Amino acid sequence: MSSNSGNPILVLVDTSPEGQLRAGAAELLGAAASVGSAVALAVAPSGQAERLAGELAELGAQRVLVAGSEAFGAEVIAPLVDALAAAYAQVQPEAVLAPNSIRGRDAAARFAARASLALAVDTVGIGRDEEGIIAHHSVYGGAYLVDSAASTGALVATLRQGSSEARAQAQPVQLEPLAVQPSGAPDAVATSREEAVIESSRPDLRGADIVVSGGRGLGSGENFSLVESLADALGGAIGASRAAVDAGYVPQTMQVGQTGVTVAPQLYIALGISGAIQHRAGMQTSKTIIAINKDPEAPIFDVADFGVVGDLFTVVPQLVEAIEGKRAN
Amino acid sequence: MRIIVLMKEVPDTYGERTIDLETGLLKRTEAEPVLDEITERALEVALRHREAQPGTEVVLLSVGPEGSLPTTLRKGLAMGADRAVHVQDPALLGADLTLTAQVIAAAAKQIGFDLVIAGNVSTDGGGGALPSMLAELLGVAGLAALSSVQIDELTVAGRVNTDVERYDASADLPAVISITEALPDARFPNFKGIMAAKKKPFDTLDLQALGLAPGEEDARSIVISAAARPARSAGTRIVDEGNAGEQIAEFLAKNQLIKGH
Ligand SMILES: Cc1cc2nc3c(=O)[nH]c(=O)nc-3n(C[C@H](O)[C@H](O)[C@H](O)COP(=O)(O)OP(=O)(O)OC[C@H]3O[C@@H](n4cnc5c(N)ncnc54)[C@H](O)[C@@H]3O)c2cc1C
Ligand SMILES: Nc1ncnc2c1ncn2[C@@H]1O[C@H](COP(=O)(O)O)[C@@H](O)[C@H]1O
Repeated sequence: MSSNSGNPILVLVDTSPEGQLRAGAAELLGAAASVGSAVALAVAPSGQAERLAGELAELGAQRVLVAGSEAFGAEVIAPLVDALAAAYAQVQPEAVLAPNSIRGRDAAARFAARASLALAVDTVGIGRDEEGIIAHHSVYGGAYLVDSAASTGALVATLRQGSSEARAQAQPVQLEPLAVQPSGAPDAVATSREEAVIESSRPDLRGADIVVSGGRGLGSGENFSLVESLADALGGAIGASRAAVDAGYVPQTMQVGQTGVTVAPQLYIALGISGAIQHRAGMQTSKTIIAINKDPEAPIFDVADFGVVGDLFTVVPQLVEAIEGKRAN
Repeated sequence: MRIIVLMKEVPDTYGERTIDLETGLLKRTEAEPVLDEITERALEVALRHREAQPGTEVVLLSVGPEGSLPTTLRKGLAMGADRAVHVQDPALLGADLTLTAQVIAAAAKQIGFDLVIAGNVSTDGGGGALPSMLAELLGVAGLAALSSVQIDELTVAGRVNTDVERYDASADLPAVISITEALPDARFPNFKGIMAAKKKPFDTLDLQALGLAPGEEDARSIVISAAARPARSAGTRIVDEGNAGEQIAEFLAKNQLIKGH
């Protein structure tokens, strides 16, 4: 729908304080372009606008607005909210879309409150009916699909990362000036900051095609190397149960489940995970589920397409070898 | 210092949670209502601060229907909070985030606060947006998703861990923060606490008492349809007899799940 230049949808993309585009812009612009014309908004220090405009046009933005902010990064959220307010006034979009990341939803929520607009959080896609933009939600662990809309005015929505497959066609670069009036709203300040070390050879948990997760059954952080070996054999991402996170085997950002990340990959493999309802809530819409657990009564087997009652410490090494054997011939 | 802790009642996640397909609203009767665990952890943060700074007052604030909520909220008093405020009004049935945030903002202003502590995300389909909306409506600084918290007379600080970055941040009070489950589990109420809770102040307010009259024309998020997805069923299950690893590999290969094979 790239020729659709009416119905602007304003898309806030995630950038680092240095102005580098973070993962997720393609997904947001793809979702926006499926219902209207995607207008990207990025906040970055000065000197980055031309480059960002090129990158965002490549990902499908018909127009690009870059809010120059030297304060972003030190001030935690106000630069994003102020940029959204200015861009909203300039673009007058039908909807505003932001990533459902911690910062993305913080900014979207504050902007919705400031502009008195309806807010839809953690959507898994947006669509359109006769009356305008609608938001799709997958709730209670995917047990229900719910659609929502704004009773009046534009809808502000956050998009669950890795939930939407639509991608937009590249567009000619169109960079528009945007002047942002800082609101001076009280804000938190970041006193120190570091980028997380990204294991570049492995896909992101969110949006991965294959996820291999480990639970308390792994017994230790060192033993998690078994989960890694299987994930690497399959080219998958790594996840964990809350018990594995609480035991300190892996960081919290890897937690799959109701209070962690929700994933819906082609393949999900659960190793030493009992399958408590809160864990299932984050993975039960996966296409294919495999579980290895030594307890035949473990509830994970209720949702597994292929379940093995066995000791993961013997089954996983054999599985990794068998996968490598199959790939070799 | 006065700390308001935002407590939310949710259906127990261990139970079957259902949605009324006609209204799109949660069916309150199906799963047992409990305090959302993350809000108990938020209360724990406040109680630990009060232990260090005895002049602190800890006030619970919750918006939700009458019925079970007063009983549920008493658990927070039994854990050690000083008093509770429950906002309920028939006009709040099916309230969206925006309306809930407006109501909590009005109540927080009326109570008065130095710090508001909330959970980062509700388990009942909440989206981790309410604390941010609240900070904006109150015109104070906010810190979302803290995995550690330091409170002193003038500031609140903590660490934020995301997929892509980690940072320490600090805000001047008054402020609104939300915390993650990286913070410690909440204490259990003891017998003394349960007895004391019965005598603690418990105020119930409606919208009029807060000077609010939500207008029909306000922008709201409304549910327009809801559908149940068929439940998943169990597939093949085998007991390992020495070759389960190979059998899984067969299954993967048959389903084209081994890339490059
Ligand atoms: C509000 C709330 C939110 C929650 N959110 C989440 C969430 O987001 N994500 C989440 O995961 N949990 C969540 N939980 C926790 C959840 O209830 C469970 O406690 C948790 O999922 C258990 O993790 P686990 O399966 O790794 O551990 P356990 O339940 O201890 O299971 C370990 C499993 O490993 C198996 N095992 C042990 N050794 C071996 C071996 N050698 N080989 C094979 N199998 C072995 C055991 O049979 C057992 O089934 C939440 C709970 C609450 C109350
Ligand atoms: N109705 C409510 N009453 C009191 N606090 C709430 C309510 N809704 C949300 N909160 C608070 O806001 C946090 C995040 O909620 P949510 O935005 O719904 O995910 C919760 O953990 C609570 O601390």
